[in-house]
Amino acid sequence: MAALRSTSARILGASSRPATLRLAAAPAARGFAQLADGATESQKASGDPANMKTFQIYRWNPDTPTEKPRMQSYTLDLKKTGPMVLDALIRIKNELDPTLTFRRSCREGICGSCAMNINGTNTLACLCRIPAEDNAEMKIYPLPHTYVVKDLVPDLTLFYKQYKSIKPYLQRDTPSPDGKEYRQSKADRKKLDGLYECILCACCSTSCPSYWWNSEEYLGPAILLQSYRWLADSRDERKAERKAALDNSMSLYRCHTILNCTRTCPKGLNPGLAIAEIKKEMAFSG
Amino acid sequence: MRLSGLQKEVLSLYRQCLRESRKKPQATRPHFESYARNEFQKYIGIDRKDFAAVEFLLRKGRRQLELYSNPGIKDIK
Repeated sequence: MAALRSTSARILGASSRPATLRLAAAPAARGFAQLADGATESQKASGDPANMKTFQIYRWNPDTPTEKPRMQSYTLDLKKTGPMVLDALIRIKNELDPTLTFRRSCREGICGSCAMNINGTNTLACLCRIPAEDNAEMKIYPLPHTYVVKDLVPDLTLFYKQYKSIKPYLQRDTPSPDGKEYRQSKADRKKLDGLYECILCACCSTSCPSYWWNSEEYLGPAILLQSYRWLADSRDERKAERKAALDNSMSLYRCHTILNCTRTCPKGLNPGLAIAEIKKEMAFSG
Repeated sequence: MRLSGLQKEVLSLYRQCLRESRKKPQATRPHFESYARNEFQKYIGIDRKDFAAVEFLLRKGRRQLELYSNPGIKDIK
């Protein structure tokens, strides 16, 4: 018994001596170990390990136009943040930096305000989950190839002007037979599915290389999807005029079926298909 | 002195601003002129090779000009 105790003591002593030496030789390592200990203790207090994530966000202030745009890093604990990127942005604005500027409204993917470029993909911040598995930094930029108003706010003036130019409303001269609303058959209504859901967030248009280079004249996938929405509407009576407005080399035919629009659409719509349908109608009926 | 294309654009914007202020009422015309002058004066120190900044200010200026040339706007502070 005594012999056993003595050997164990010797072993302990033998193992502890180099350890103390190492600690003395590397005070930095010791300091780190203490820091880590402190962190685990605070986590025990809150009951959960912290899950830190860094967000790199594009910053640019129009009040100081000579300063170049820069990326600013913010680190958040995901355990205390909602699951979506928009939750993280709102928390950064509330707690870390109130000068961070971005558009947001409904936080459920129906208003299209929070469209931005997250990790290289145009999407709505409110529909984009923060990937919890990997600890890689998330990069958040405004929509590509738009003039920036401030930070993550793009200037969509041209986009809305183009939308206005396609006359996005029902154009009709004949009144309905019974003086009530214009009725549609179920089959006709079905043609609008996959078109009416578009919320004009501009994710697709700003992901289209063809739109990047010709945004002045080419309407872009979002606006063309809306054009088709009115061309496909059985109640509309100005189809010929609508088609004539598109019948030039720039407005419609700058679409080269790159299909970035369909890949990026946060609502899962297919602007590429709608554009193809317009092209088909123009080719076979005109 | 030879002016670059960008410098010419800035000058032409300033000229447009003065021209637009001529359409305003006689009494408030100096307000518009001095406002335009002030706006240009604010950024007089910007390097002429800082294209991004100059282009941004040009866009901003054009937007303001479009807004203020509305005949409904009679005076400016």
